[in-house]
Amino acid sequence: MRQGDVERVGAIGLNPWIDQQLHPSRIDDRAAEAMLPQFDAPPDSADQKELRRFARQQVETLAEERLLRAMYSERQLQEVLVDFWFNHFNVYAGKGRTAEFLPEYERDVIRPHVFDRFRDLLEADAKSPAMLFYLDNWLSADPNATQRIADIQQVRRGRRVGRFPARQQPPQQQKKQPRGLNENYGRELLELHTLGVDGGYTQQDVINVARAFTGWTIDPRTRTFRFAPALHDTGEKIVLGHKIKSGGGIEDGERVLDIVASRPETAHHIAFQLAQRLVADEPPPALVGRAAKRFLETKGDLREVVKTIVTSPEFLSPGVRDAKFKTPFEYVVSAVRTTGASVSEGRAFVQTLQQLGEPLYMCQPPTGYHQTADAWVSAGGLVTRMNFATRLVSGNMPGVTLPANPPPAQELALRIGSPEFQRH
Amino acid sequence: MNRRVFLKSGAMAMLSLGFAPSFIGRAAAAVSARRKLLIAIFQRGAVDGLNMIVPYGEADYYRLRPTIAIPRASTIDLDGFFGLHPSMAPLKPLWDNHSLAIVHACGSPDNTRSHFDAQDYMESATPGVKATRDGWLNRYLQVSSEEHNPLRGVALARTMPRSLEGPAPALAIGSVDEFGVRGAASAFEDRYEHASDPTLSAAGNDAFAAMRTLRQAASMPYRPPPGVEYPNTAFGKALAEIARLAKADVGLEVAFTELGNWDHHVNEGSVTGQIATRLDEFSRGLAALAADLGDRMADTVIVTMSEFGRAVAENGNGGTDHGHGNAMMVIGGNLRGGVHGRWPGLSDAHRFEGRDVAVTTDFRDVFSEIVAAHMGVARDSLSRIFPGHHPGARPDIISG
Repeated sequence: MRQGDVERVGAIGLNPWIDQQLHPSRIDDRAAEAMLPQFDAPPDSADQKELRRFARQQVETLAEERLLRAMYSERQLQEVLVDFWFNHFNVYAGKGRTAEFLPEYERDVIRPHVFDRFRDLLEADAKSPAMLFYLDNWLSADPNATQRIADIQQVRRGRRVGRFPARQQPPQQQKKQPRGLNENYGRELLELHTLGVDGGYTQQDVINVARAFTGWTIDPRTRTFRFAPALHDTGEKIVLGHKIKSGGGIEDGERVLDIVASRPETAHHIAFQLAQRLVADEPPPALVGRAAKRFLETKGDLREVVKTIVTSPEFLSPGVRDAKFKTPFEYVVSAVRTTGASVSEGRAFVQTLQQLGEPLYMCQPPTGYHQTADAWVSAGGLVTRMNFATRLVSGNMPGVTLPANPPPAQELALRIGSPEFQRH
Repeated sequence: MNRRVFLKSGAMAMLSLGFAPSFIGRAAAAVSARRKLLIAIFQRGAVDGLNMIVPYGEADYYRLRPTIAIPRASTIDLDGFFGLHPSMAPLKPLWDNHSLAIVHACGSPDNTRSHFDAQDYMESATPGVKATRDGWLNRYLQVSSEEHNPLRGVALARTMPRSLEGPAPALAIGSVDEFGVRGAASAFEDRYEHASDPTLSAAGNDAFAAMRTLRQAASMPYRPPPGVEYPNTAFGKALAEIARLAKADVGLEVAFTELGNWDHHVNEGSVTGQIATRLDEFSRGLAALAADLGDRMADTVIVTMSEFGRAVAENGNGGTDHGHGNAMMVIGGNLRGGVHGRWPGLSDAHRFEGRDVAVTTDFRDVFSEIVAAHMGVARDSLSRIFPGHHPGARPDIISG
């Protein structure tokens, strides 16, 4: 919280302030946007080293942008939810070409949908090149598709069909690469993105969901989503007891999204995770129940679900004050906001997050980073936080300008490194 | 003291400290500080055990993996049926001197194919039970001693792994040298000592206590002995730090680190490729650690684990999807080398749910054998570390 934040909220009143935060487009955020870094244009050359360097740099710029928005945007709830939903639909910048697709993933898939319908967010995610690449669905195909593709390739000689010119592998390896079903996305869609691990699905459901998404791939020329009918398994599928008739195309996958987005298990899973993030590691079951009910009543309107949580008596009760241990991201951002420092470049903070175990966009497993204290409280982590506090207020951090007449450095460092500051 | 006796004792001193292999002298000096050490290494993401410890004697292995199987001629033969992936050559000397035991078809009684749940179950060592609060390594620390020393259990990791979470003090640190408070250390210490939040107070107090110990015992930058070369990676550095802590005699009993990126759904590779690269780093690291620990390996067990194995058949993208049984490795100076566990075979009828390696050894049988036979926990206390576990046939891994 920045200096003066309490007063500002007090001036307009808590409920109007929350209402404003739930409608971020009504908040003028030009001051923060003016501080954001510019993305470089992609290089002209097709040199692979050059492209990889560009992708790496792009991820760094994106991390800087995310940090600066979190530090200075007036749309604070939106930024909290961007962090939440990115983590929910985690992708890993270190895997193959995922990094190339990251800026548009955060900008077009995650950020615009955090107050949208869950079903829309889910579909945008399922069709995003970042997710298609990260969880391998772009390669998943009907095992019988290979022959069909060979036939088509005969016809359109010289033109590649349904294939992404993968730069990360030598051509000879690519040639013999077999095409067939890949369960990776299907499983994580059910386990992590929607129903939850106890959501009552079977291995057969995983396989049938994967079959429904065969052909959802990346167009090699436009670098955007494409449905490739030649790769699609058109057979009948049963998913969670629903029959998906044979002969379908792209609508098979869309039907799966309809089915899973409207399940009560999904409503509960999403409500639980949001409440865990916004309220307490073990959120009050009654609150989770009301948020899940709201999810079902509103057909997954995420604004309404979040509103149910942040306007609940539980959210405002003294019992949940300081209930959450700050994640490294929350810690670093709140530290900067407290000092009132202005940050012109975020690179040093990107590095701090790495030392604290939460480098942005670098979480390898699809589960995303942990959101609860048991994962983050550790002696080593506290030591790194104390050292960060000392460094931040020293005035020697690159790109950081402290406000004129700051409180004595040691006092401020002790405050930011103190046990009390680690919670919120 | 007459001159003759003086000369004699001088000669004896020379003999015991000067001429004998250096470790005898060191062992004598360290005898009181020497403890049993358990090093746990988690291969996160589910390593493909069939391409790591290759059952080249199985026709079905080759039938179901037309493009990613390791050809028989490329494996490093172990026993006429199993062979190591060629990238694991650095571990062959350990096999040859009976310091490497492998438990194949090892895994969980729970059939989840979720990375998250399976890792959680392996680290809590309570498969199927999500409510378990602490990890099995922490429960070992709780049961084996009352000593309050956060350096008994150390994870070389940026966050505390589930295995070491729990009420017994333990540390998670990125590196020993990084672990020090610059600036107003005593003022910070005071804040944490008097914090009203018991969790943060305990973690803070452990941090400052451990820092004091390490300042005395491990203040110099660490250099492994000549000839020991760790991979120049985060994993290699973590292993070197474990050796450093072990040699500093700060009371280390349980160390943990991890290596990710085993989830090869696409282009797993075979003799070369992704899995080969990962296994190369993994094996060079383990070999360097064993060499670095030297004679301390007599008191050390290294155990490797991964949440589940991968499907026997390769998938449609030259990779493997999530499976069930896997291979676990145990390395130590005092164990029965060899491939342990009953091999279930890979034929259609013998695969788990028709697709995966069946589990014939519960991973907790391996853990509890190490905790009892190596770490010396009484067998009637094992149920406190592995609640709900009824040991099956004891894998006879640890000698004497």
